[in-house]
Amino acid sequence: MLTSRALVRGLKSGFWRPLSSTSSVQAAHVKVPQYNNRLDTPLSDVPFVRNLNSEQRQLKEKEKGPWTKLTKEEKIALYRLTHELTYPEMRRGSSEWKTVLGGVFIFLGFSGMLVWWQRIFVFGEVPHTLSDEWVEKQTQRMIDMRINPVGGFAYHWDYVKKQWK
Amino acid sequence: MFRPVVRLSTSGVRSLTRTRQCYSAPLASRCYSHAKVETDEEFDARWVTYFSKPDIDAWELKKGMNTLIGYDLVPEPKILDSALRACRRLNDLASAIRILEAVKDKSGPHKDIYPYLIQELQPTLIELGISTPEDLGMDIL
Repeated sequence: MLTSRALVRGLKSGFWRPLSSTSSVQAAHVKVPQYNNRLDTPLSDVPFVRNLNSEQRQLKEKEKGPWTKLTKEEKIALYRLTHELTYPEMRRGSSEWKTVLGGVFIFLGFSGMLVWWQRIFVFGEVPHTLSDEWVEKQTQRMIDMRINPVGGFAYHWDYVKKQWK
Repeated sequence: MFRPVVRLSTSGVRSLTRTRQCYSAPLASRCYSHAKVETDEEFDARWVTYFSKPDIDAWELKKGMNTLIGYDLVPEPKILDSALRACRRLNDLASAIRILEAVKDKSGPHKDIYPYLIQELQPTLIELGISTPEDLGMDIL
């Protein structure tokens, strides 16, 4: 099975070919000049369309003559042969940010659901010392003990009027 | 290099100021490079000459144009005129239109530069038959 002919053929064509320097496959070899759409590089190393069909070749021949004889469509066609995208097309943004933000919120929401479930089903009761009546008694005791009378807790209690300032 | 000497002399270390008399006016000179700064006219002339080469080849046009767009400026109409004529010699209309798009993009937020350039280049555009991207409807998506 591992040495079956189909597998070997698949490996030869799919895996090794792009790395091979002797095969004549038109893989995107980074050592060969490439076309790119860049705002700071108006004229790319190679034209966008390398292999012209016959009518494109005819148009290229017509380009050698006076350009006043070319129609608008021919001029646009010549431009598109050499360049894939125009400057406005290069500068056009996408709506990808909406997808990204939506995904972020979905995952945040999912995490929130997990946290809530954990709160309900995993955590036990809160200690009794945090109940309202305990806190009331605790606060009264803190006031009686004059905790932080200068800048902290008891400072905010008015001992004359017996209320918070 | 001059500044520490100035500090020493103002703090009153007289022995040093006596031996270094050539630094008598340190505050007047600056530590700039002594290279000659190219004027705008020289810059323009250099680029016009570059594109005016009669047997310019496609690589030189691309290299020149890409370098020019890399500078922090919008080229003068005369440089662009020279470049457009180079495109004509190379039978490359697509590059000519691309150059116009590139300078419009280069102007950035200054929307009045591109119309001025087109106005100045109008005789050349008509003579060579180059349509602007606006004429071909390529300035909108």
